[in-house]
Amino acid sequence: MAKGIKDKVVIIGMGCSKFGERWDKEADNLMVEAYTEAIADAGIDTKQIDAAWLATAIEEQHVGKSATPLAVALRLPFIPVTRVENYCASGTEAFRGAVYAVASGAADIALALGVEKLKDTGYGGLPQRGRGPLNDMTNPNASAPGSFAQLAAAYRAKHKVDAKDLKHGMAHISVKSHDNGAKNPKAHLRNKITVDTVLNAPTVAEPLGLYDCCGVSDGAACAIVATPEIARGLGKKDMVSVKALQIAVSNGLEAQHNSWDGSYFATTRIASKRAYTEAGIDKPRDQLSLIEVHDCFSVTELVTMEDLHISPEGGAIKDVLDGFYDADGKLPCQIDGGLKCFGHPIGASGLRMIYEMYLQMQGRAGERQRKQEPVFGLTHNLGGFPQRNVCAISIVGKYGA
Amino acid sequence: MTKGILAFGAYIPWRRLPRKAIADTHGWFNPALKGQAKGERAFCNWDEDAVTMAVEAARDALIGRDRASVAALRFASTTFPFLDRLHSGIVAGALSLDDGVSTIDVAASQRAGTSALIEALGSDSETLVVAAEKRGAKAASPVEMSSGDGAAAILVGEGKPLATLLAKASRTADFVDHFRSVDNQFDYQWEERWIRDAGYMAVVPPTIKRCLEAAKVAGKDVTHFCMPATLARVASSVAKAAGVDDKALCDPLHANCGDTGAAHALVLLAATLEKAKPGDKILVVGFGQGADALLFEVTPEIGKRAKNLGVAGHLARRKEETSYGRYLAFNDLIELERGMRSETDKGTALSSMWRNRETVTSFIGGKCSKCGTLQFPKTDICVNPNCNAIGTQEPHGFADMAARIKSYTADRLTYAPDPPSCYGMIEFEEGGRVMIDFTDIDADALKVGQPMQMMFRIKDIDATRGFRRYYWKAAPVAGKAQGA
Repeated sequence: MAKGIKDKVVIIGMGCSKFGERWDKEADNLMVEAYTEAIADAGIDTKQIDAAWLATAIEEQHVGKSATPLAVALRLPFIPVTRVENYCASGTEAFRGAVYAVASGAADIALALGVEKLKDTGYGGLPQRGRGPLNDMTNPNASAPGSFAQLAAAYRAKHKVDAKDLKHGMAHISVKSHDNGAKNPKAHLRNKITVDTVLNAPTVAEPLGLYDCCGVSDGAACAIVATPEIARGLGKKDMVSVKALQIAVSNGLEAQHNSWDGSYFATTRIASKRAYTEAGIDKPRDQLSLIEVHDCFSVTELVTMEDLHISPEGGAIKDVLDGFYDADGKLPCQIDGGLKCFGHPIGASGLRMIYEMYLQMQGRAGERQRKQEPVFGLTHNLGGFPQRNVCAISIVGKYGA
Repeated sequence: MTKGILAFGAYIPWRRLPRKAIADTHGWFNPALKGQAKGERAFCNWDEDAVTMAVEAARDALIGRDRASVAALRFASTTFPFLDRLHSGIVAGALSLDDGVSTIDVAASQRAGTSALIEALGSDSETLVVAAEKRGAKAASPVEMSSGDGAAAILVGEGKPLATLLAKASRTADFVDHFRSVDNQFDYQWEERWIRDAGYMAVVPPTIKRCLEAAKVAGKDVTHFCMPATLARVASSVAKAAGVDDKALCDPLHANCGDTGAAHALVLLAATLEKAKPGDKILVVGFGQGADALLFEVTPEIGKRAKNLGVAGHLARRKEETSYGRYLAFNDLIELERGMRSETDKGTALSSMWRNRETVTSFIGGKCSKCGTLQFPKTDICVNPNCNAIGTQEPHGFADMAARIKSYTADRLTYAPDPPSCYGMIEFEEGGRVMIDFTDIDADALKVGQPMQMMFRIKDIDATRGFRRYYWKAAPVAGKAQGA
């Protein structure tokens, strides 16, 4: 097997815009907002960036195609800039591009930035759009919640879980994320809620209610990466390095082959195993200090706890209700509020997760700072539909750990 | 080998509107409606039209039969959705008939169904005659009360017929009791008494007389008399004038379905065949700018017919719809605020539709010739992870395979003409699966393991360009098959 990416690249600066309904900002304003924080944090000049990656997923709704929107917004000096799109996993995909460029030696310093400006549709939720001539002729006119809601039906059937018990587990997840988001000044949703709030909310897609769904937000997040040597030269100490970067992409098996039961993410199970191997982690439940997962919907977070091999199969509800994943639990999940409350500007989300890890590992997370600084943090960024998706996992941690 | 009716089937949509719902809404305007507020009428789901109903009636008729022998298809309706597109061609595709099949649409008269049947019985080819009608009616009109949506299919040819034709007769007369031009969406009708006296009574009895004379059968020997007529007492008056016993009058299905227009004579014929006995003589009459009369004799083969739902089975597959508002919306009789999500452009790439016709219209997937794995849609490389062979997929029809729900949702966010939008993954019992829209289902009836069947339906209506696109959807298996 390949040696992997562990400790070859470190993060030298990160930035993140405020997420939310940014009615007064264009996508380029959001990009600059994230970038100015990141470049100041890195302590470098724009001219020192050798290459850049831009992540956007629903670009037709804001900046349009190509990497030029990033180059123009940041006035990058005619360097190589690449746009990536891989569903909602685009942010981690951009990070991967930048990290691999540095690891290969092709670039000393590289930048990854994700942005999405989703709130110009005139209605709530993600933009409704065509998916290509053949898909439009055959696919259900599915919304994102409708696609992910199906996990619940299959999970209940497989594990013989009562619908109410599953809904309670899901509700705890949302309440926890609202508690965490309330402490995050950059979060889209900062209100605390109760289990009753979740259970009594209007149904969006059976069994998901309004509070089982993450926010649809405007926002941007940015990472600047370099080799450890260059970081040291910049005077960086207590560095955060990349331990693993793995992506698994559905090949149609889940959608077409009867071996998948619909209750889990085949991609996450595979990508996380590869990531643990790459990072040298053999007991994720004990060794990970913090996780940020793609909680587009409460049920996604729930099954992901199992797919990451942290909760036993069928055991996620118990762990969730036990508070294992709460901010003061053994392994906090979404300590920044997650997609649920920090918000979900699609292209930015994977980078936003890494941003939180980076802050926490440097003791800079303010009111929501974990008492004991995390050593290994896992981010899980998922795009698509349960039956056909892209899963991107990153593990970052203290350099040398 | 004898020529005659080899098989028959029918289709009545799942939803039934109690006529009381119409009268309750419009009685203030037209108090006469209150007197008609009995029984219920069948109406199409938003995703049904004459084409989709014709496909379902044809599938019902063809259960257990080799479709390769069907050499001709005649499709009768006055509510075809297109003015210039061959509807029988769509039906032939959905049925996966051989592309050498002869296809003709028969239109423009309430006796289109009977005329198509006469033409088929005179031909040497095994012919599938389908008749379907999605009735249009102005709100608060008598037609809204009396009409219903439905379809029937009759397969005729050489073989072991269930019934043989003894004689037929036709009469043509430009008697315009009602009309609907290309400029008008709805019927314009003349006085009922004139239609009865100068129309039915003047035109039909002499036509029946010629038919019976040709068959050398007396009127009193007719066992079943199938003649659609929504005007009161017309059928019995015609029967009396023709010497047919009152007891032979067949149930016009007014109480539980409504008059299905150009399809109704064949719907009544199908309903009659379902309960007919060997030796019964069935007189079928179609009226519209003249009349057609057909006299059949039922053979002992009727006792061995294939099990299908037919008229009775489809009538039993029923959902009462008390919301007149839903009926109005499904029939585009009211302008609803459908929300911005409904604005998504549903254009169709015609080149892609043609290229993918096996998948989209015929619901044909693939079977790997190397490992036997079934998959939908067909692709170049087998989905089985232990095979992944290239170029081994043989066409395999999925439309008639039994399936069950694997996962589901009832989506209230996405735009749907009948929210919530129910869809999910269904798994075919023989192998293969597909994420697909559900139809004719209640959200609270969704459950993992629910048996499902495929149905041919409208996928999207492109109102901007006046196009509609068809595809397959999964519906709960419902209704009890009857027959031998």
